[in-house]
Amino acid sequence: MMLFTVMSWVLAVLIIAPAIYAVESKDLLSAAIAAGFADLSAALIFLILQAPDVAITQAAIGAGITLAVFVYAIKRTERWEK
Amino acid sequence: MRKYVAIIISALIFIVLAHFFITGNAPINYLTGGKYTNPITHEQANQSVPQQYLNDSRKDTGAPNVVTAIVVEYRGFDTLGEVTVLFTAATGLALLIEEYRRKMEEIVEPNFIVKIASIVVLPFIVIVGTYIFIHGHLTPGGGFPGGAVIASGFLLLLLVHTTKGLPEKKLSITESFAGMTYALIGLLGLVLANEFLQNYLPLGIFGTVFSAGIIPLIYIAIGFKVGSELGGILHNLKGVHEE
Repeated sequence: MMLFTVMSWVLAVLIIAPAIYAVESKDLLSAAIAAGFADLSAALIFLILQAPDVAITQAAIGAGITLAVFVYAIKRTERWEK
Repeated sequence: MRKYVAIIISALIFIVLAHFFITGNAPINYLTGGKYTNPITHEQANQSVPQQYLNDSRKDTGAPNVVTAIVVEYRGFDTLGEVTVLFTAATGLALLIEEYRRKMEEIVEPNFIVKIASIVVLPFIVIVGTYIFIHGHLTPGGGFPGGAVIASGFLLLLLVHTTKGLPEKKLSITESFAGMTYALIGLLGLVLANEFLQNYLPLGIFGTVFSAGIIPLIYIAIGFKVGSELGGILHNLKGVHEE
């Protein structure tokens, strides 16, 4: 129970901190990567909450394909937010 | 100033929610209490809906994975809607991006490690994706995760071969046939079992691959559809014409 609580708090911080960075950063590429990292932490928290179905989907779509879509979109437009 | 106020307010909301989550005083205990009331006939059932799923899914669908039983059997029509949403998104993206399609100006050659590792890893990615959607009724996962894993294999291909795209026509043919298969399985249920997407195949031995009626067939169709759709999205975004 203790381990579960500690891991939940650590993963919560690992979701919230990259999410805030993704919103605040002017560099859109690093913002996209930070969002992918937040998605990966979300996949881990789904795993320890015993929802492996959602964890697989979150890891494949959130951390993999969404990141690629963002990177392609940034490559077509601009990297720096004005 | 507004930024910091927003951060403080969201932190407060998070703390309140986390407090409720930890103390765990849910208004209804969904597993034991909370009797189900039929909204039309106002009959009261003895068990709540989640409890009924947990009790009856083995008898009704023959699938050990209750999540799959709910997603494909009890709520199969919703899944058809989800697949349609993904199809609409992919079609809209292909329509909008056609104008902006062009060759990439600067082509960066991929790293040697990426090239060699893609040859080693790609077959395993495809095998894992296929395993996930074929065993959707037995193990966690299903059509959507399996298709997404296969699409990440496509992404690896696109990253390694910088000047090439995916075979777009084959992808769209696969996607259309998979979607039609899903709808046809549902319509056969209408003919053979009097309800759309009703199970009409024998349930088989509980816990084997060839069991649970139409669930594996539908999940194989969804896996092919999602994989080819997400692959098509990535191909369109990369913007390289078919060779």
